[in-house]
Amino acid sequence: MISFSPTEEQQMIVSMAKQLANDEMRKIYRECDENGAIPDSVIDTAWKMGLTSGSIPEEYGGPGGEHSAITGSLLAEELAWGDLSMAMHILCPALFAYPVLEMGTETQRKKYLPLFCDEKYKAATAAFIEPRFGFDPYSLSTVARPDGNGYVLDGKKCYVPLAAEADLLLIYAAENGSSQGFIIEKGTKGLEIGERERNMGIKALATYELSLKNCRVPKENRLGGSKGCDFNRIINCSRVALSAMAVGVAKAAFEYSRDYAKERIAFGEPIASRQAIAFMLAEMAIEIDATRLMTWEAAWKLDRKEEATKEASLVKSYSDDMVIMVTDRAVQILGGHGYVREHPVELWLRNGRGFAAFDGMAIV
Amino acid sequence: MIDFEPTPEQKEAIKIAHEFAKELFRPISRYYDEQEHESPQELIDKMWEKRHEGTLALGLDITAALRIEELCWGDAGLFLCIPGPGLGGAAIFASGTKEQLSRFLGHFNEGGPKWGGMAMTEPGCGSDTSAITTTAVRDGDEWVLNGEKIFVTYGKRALEDSDGLVVIWATVDKSAGRAGMKSFVVPAKTPGARVEKLEKKLGIRASDTATIILDNCRIPFENILGSPEVKKVDKSETKGFKGAMATFDATRPIIAAQAIGVGRAALDFVKETLENEGIKIRYVVPKQKLTALERDVMEMEANYKAAKLLTLRALWMMSQLQPNSLESSMAKAKAGLAVTKITQKAVEIMGPLGYSRKYLLEKWMRDAKINDIFEGTGQINMLIVARRILNYSRDQLK
Repeated sequence: MISFSPTEEQQMIVSMAKQLANDEMRKIYRECDENGAIPDSVIDTAWKMGLTSGSIPEEYGGPGGEHSAITGSLLAEELAWGDLSMAMHILCPALFAYPVLEMGTETQRKKYLPLFCDEKYKAATAAFIEPRFGFDPYSLSTVARPDGNGYVLDGKKCYVPLAAEADLLLIYAAENGSSQGFIIEKGTKGLEIGERERNMGIKALATYELSLKNCRVPKENRLGGSKGCDFNRIINCSRVALSAMAVGVAKAAFEYSRDYAKERIAFGEPIASRQAIAFMLAEMAIEIDATRLMTWEAAWKLDRKEEATKEASLVKSYSDDMVIMVTDRAVQILGGHGYVREHPVELWLRNGRGFAAFDGMAIV
Repeated sequence: MIDFEPTPEQKEAIKIAHEFAKELFRPISRYYDEQEHESPQELIDKMWEKRHEGTLALGLDITAALRIEELCWGDAGLFLCIPGPGLGGAAIFASGTKEQLSRFLGHFNEGGPKWGGMAMTEPGCGSDTSAITTTAVRDGDEWVLNGEKIFVTYGKRALEDSDGLVVIWATVDKSAGRAGMKSFVVPAKTPGARVEKLEKKLGIRASDTATIILDNCRIPFENILGSPEVKKVDKSETKGFKGAMATFDATRPIIAAQAIGVGRAALDFVKETLENEGIKIRYVVPKQKLTALERDVMEMEANYKAAKLLTLRALWMMSQLQPNSLESSMAKAKAGLAVTKITQKAVEIMGPLGYSRKYLLEKWMRDAKINDIFEGTGQINMLIVARRILNYSRDQLK
């Protein structure tokens, strides 16, 4: 039956995430952006909430909560509302854990999932995007060549969050033209982590380029074993997560510029009482809500294990446009004040601009 | 639980409405577009019959919206010929007493086809409904109505062609502004109420849009909806006006559902045509590799989805008895604009096929536009959204 009400459990997770976002992330996001670093304390607090490990089954040491893309979307939106860099950092281990949970072989699950159920944050990541024009996840330049009892990986990746500190990396590469995932442990020969990247936004999140040169991976490290992985689903789960995050960033910018517009006086009245400003805000609100609902619908399809490529792709594209429209307008509403770094909206615009380039950097 | 799956009953309703639209609306769609003001009598009788079977019941809920999308996918003008209590009924539901409900709407379940219209707009006032000049003066046990109402959907069918009714908005005290605004039920064939003319329109030509003249039109005192009292305490928060606005909270998502039906008709036409040409929309391809055509079609699809989901949410909230004024206006604003753009883009993409009257696409573009106008223009709905999100009164945001 058509319904728009999250379950009680989902509401609990949302309110937990909201609290973290409001009480901790929002307090430090600016200095994190300026310093390019996130204090361990926030990450540890989030980790202890079990935001990633929550859905790992008991047999692998987790609490065995339901793994749901809708729950993941709700969570991603709240965290991204707090701060996008921190949200991506907090949820980064899921880039490795969720594909293993959903598509890994029994051996892979047994070996890796318990690592995510520890007290301490487990840095793990996935390498998805490649540093070239015309990047297409369905036609990767990084290749995996079958060789004897394993594979040899060659290629370059970029925007790999936490690559330097991650003990485990999931590398997506083309194997005979089809995209597959390969598990690589830190220090594997042929894996070279490059310099930390310098981006326009998400400056607090450590992302890296990495290269694979003749990097040997044992056969059993192919995600899903001989069956392989459902790469389409991984992309869809990622697009839904990123759309949810775009909604979170946009909501932050909307709320801030709305409140500002009510306080800022020009010509004797708050600027919000002029239609030129009020209508901008109204459209922002409508598009944020519309995008959230589209995200939920795509997530709902994923939870039902239905084909969701169309929905995920439509909402990703829509949210990419929406978040830039909203964050840009937020800057516009604040005018000169929006351009200075005393206010957060310029940061949200820089972060918002990134979504069109992001793919595979978050997952539900 | 967040869920997008219609119930089995809703799926059945969609199926029946779709077949109805496909088999009964589409074949005569062009004819009644060109023969403006000719009544599709045979179809009306059939619709009346179906309505009694319950398969075409048009309430103000999600099931109705899903049904309406299908019917308007068939033809938005013919959809507006469907007999029933309509907007007049909605107004009575919103602010009528139990006794009024049965007195005015009881007979809608029997006899021949009948319609319920709602008359708000006047030559001198559209969106600013508080500027209404039609007057209602009490004279003993009666109200005497005087004025001119325009753009009354179903006006002629409700007032002259059937034993239906029209709900008339009038002021009982001009000096009281909004507080003086009340609604009155004028049954069909009441002396002093007559249809002056039928509009010739850009689209939805099968739908009659009437001008109604009220010339010393007398109705019983009990035909007022809500209280006859004029409370001057707070000008902006008054029952009569609130009644009108509550009606809109319920009906705006329904208009949005009509809009998305037309939008989907255009979208389906484009997609089918492309498919027949062997052109597939590649959803998996990154944006920078898409053709301009693919981008356009995907944008149309996303906008259709956005409008539909906002609409369903507004109706769902109403079913949960949650206030939905903001969400209703969001849905209406988005849907009106989205389908205006979708249908115009469809005409553009299809080129000669889009512009030719041999196909229905150009008609859908004309039909779609009304959704951005009636029941509150896109701009009025934006204004409502803006006031709600800013928590501003009408004085703070004009």
